[in-house]
Amino acid sequence: MIQEKVWLISVTLMGLLAAVFVFVHARSHRRENDYAPLQKRAYRLRAVFFWALVLTLGPATVYTLADLPYGSARAGSSAGGVQVIEAVGHQWRWDLSRTEVKAGEPVEFLVTSADVNHGFGIYDADLRLVAQTQAMPGYTNRLRHTFAAEGTYRVLCMEYCGLVHHNMITEIKVVKP
Amino acid sequence: MAISYTYKPTIDRGARGGVLAAIAVAVVTLLLMMVFGLLMRMEQAELIAIGPTWFYQLMTLHGAGMVGVAGLAGAAIMWHFLSQYVTLSARIFGANLVLFLLGVLMVLASVLGGHFQGGWTFLYPLPTRAMGMWSNGAAVLFMSGMLVIGVGFLLLHLEVARALTSRYGNLARAMGWPQLFGRDAGDAPPPAVVASAMVTIVNVLGLVAGATILVMMIVNAYLPGFAIDALLAKNLIYFFGHVFINATIYMAVIAVYEILPRYTHRPWKSNKVFLASWTASTLLVIFIFPHHLLMDFAMPRWMLIMGQVVGYLNTFPILVVTAYGGLMIVYRSGIRWDVASTLLYVALFGWAAGAMPAFIDGTIAVNYVMHNTLWVPGHFHTYLLLGMVTMVFGFMYYITRAGAAGHDHAVDRLAAGIFVLATLGFTLSFLYSGKASIARRYAAHLPEWVPYDRVATVFAAIVVAAVAVFVLRFLARLPIATRDFARPALPRGVEA
Repeated sequence: MIQEKVWLISVTLMGLLAAVFVFVHARSHRRENDYAPLQKRAYRLRAVFFWALVLTLGPATVYTLADLPYGSARAGSSAGGVQVIEAVGHQWRWDLSRTEVKAGEPVEFLVTSADVNHGFGIYDADLRLVAQTQAMPGYTNRLRHTFAAEGTYRVLCMEYCGLVHHNMITEIKVVKP
Repeated sequence: MAISYTYKPTIDRGARGGVLAAIAVAVVTLLLMMVFGLLMRMEQAELIAIGPTWFYQLMTLHGAGMVGVAGLAGAAIMWHFLSQYVTLSARIFGANLVLFLLGVLMVLASVLGGHFQGGWTFLYPLPTRAMGMWSNGAAVLFMSGMLVIGVGFLLLHLEVARALTSRYGNLARAMGWPQLFGRDAGDAPPPAVVASAMVTIVNVLGLVAGATILVMMIVNAYLPGFAIDALLAKNLIYFFGHVFINATIYMAVIAVYEILPRYTHRPWKSNKVFLASWTASTLLVIFIFPHHLLMDFAMPRWMLIMGQVVGYLNTFPILVVTAYGGLMIVYRSGIRWDVASTLLYVALFGWAAGAMPAFIDGTIAVNYVMHNTLWVPGHFHTYLLLGMVTMVFGFMYYITRAGAAGHDHAVDRLAAGIFVLATLGFTLSFLYSGKASIARRYAAHLPEWVPYDRVATVFAAIVVAAVAVFVLRFLARLPIATRDFARPALPRGVEA
């Protein structure tokens, strides 16, 4: 799951930073009066750090940009027919053109709003967010998602839209193909 | 050939009345907004039952208030140090404070009197689509209040621009471009000037964008035929919001640039790398804003990709220059750690650490499953509360320090230690909730989410208690803050 990986990577990076700050703090109590050689060494190390970042973040950027979730970017992924759901956000309910789709086959959500900004977030049975797009007045966002497993999925609002924002929930049933 | 810089002690000036008034207003309001935040977490944790109307009103105040006080406190720090290098008009600073207070009153009246609960981001067209919960007048009062606050900050930045151009000739010189692109003879403007020039450039652009959309929305509130494209509105709002809140960090970090050298007796100079980093940050802060719109699939694809790429690049100046620079001058410096220096050092960590989950969230594939979950307040509370706001607390302890021989009270040391640990717990509990896909800005949480909220509430309560100590101690020691004298203790190994 992406969320697990993201959590682990973030906590690791934050932990590494914490370790460096603690290390430098521990080495701060005795003074080395001649700062110039220290600076020279530090600048050399900084150059290494800089290139390490370039060599890590560069490929990471390319890798993560390879598969974008945008509708038309994934248009070619449908082998058979695409199941289409038109989704319209209202204060405070979702209007879905259908509420049942088949697992393993791509679904195209055409998401818009009749009033204010909403967010169309699809949660699986374990309450894990699996896909989302914004629902905007005047625009239709095309979201493509293939449900891997059957079950009841919930759609929650992901953009603050007023008093009943937290209760703007509906369900989609994903059944056997 | 690298230039070797040496540390030259400068006069440690006391703060002027306006600066102290601004900091005092900012931190007292901050404490109140923190209490509002705590109430929101308690509501989600089902420990109290204030209902969604109050929750969303408090949420609107918490957001608007926090952004405002961050701006005010950051501007005060910038003003305090910049005035050592250029001549600034105290009247303009005073005008900003008066306009700020006026704007705050308007926002408070709109929310508490008019029940406005459209969120601090006033995302079009929500303010005027209230479903009967508030009036058009309340929405206009809120937006006008934000506009008044923005006008105050615009005045302040224009005054900074005037002062910088009058001293350095133009903003490019204040950014150190002659030294960056030509020969660097070690005579580039000091970090406080470079940072102030950068903030001036970006914040003028951000404030104008914010004022533009606010005026458009106020007109639209009375003349609905004057329709606004919702996506354009979103772009303007997030451009303004992103630039403004980031500028608060770039202003507050001046305290680190100015104060840590006084503790370590080592220079923090504007060398080529430093200047390049600040010029890069100027551009990055301007072009990064589409990372707030990654889930707006209707946006031009290139802008969204740019949002991610610029987000990754943005980590370089923070990590490689500012955080690294702080580590460099502290390493084997013999620094005497007191509450002020510790908080400033921790703040550098908080800024850098918060940037990690933030830039990862700016990855389109990640944003797809984490946008608008509690991951987002998780990362911004890390770099704002443990970063920017901690810089302000560090400055407060520094400016009210009783002198080189002065010792921190045990209460202050205890509060600082507790603050750092509890803030880490608080922000990590937000991030962990984001990992669990818990949606943000919900007045009521699903039963599965409540245990996470309860843990966060405990940490939030401890943070509020620690900050109350900071604020009270600062207010009690204000008279010391105005005096001119050397505050930090000499580092070990340095003779007077």
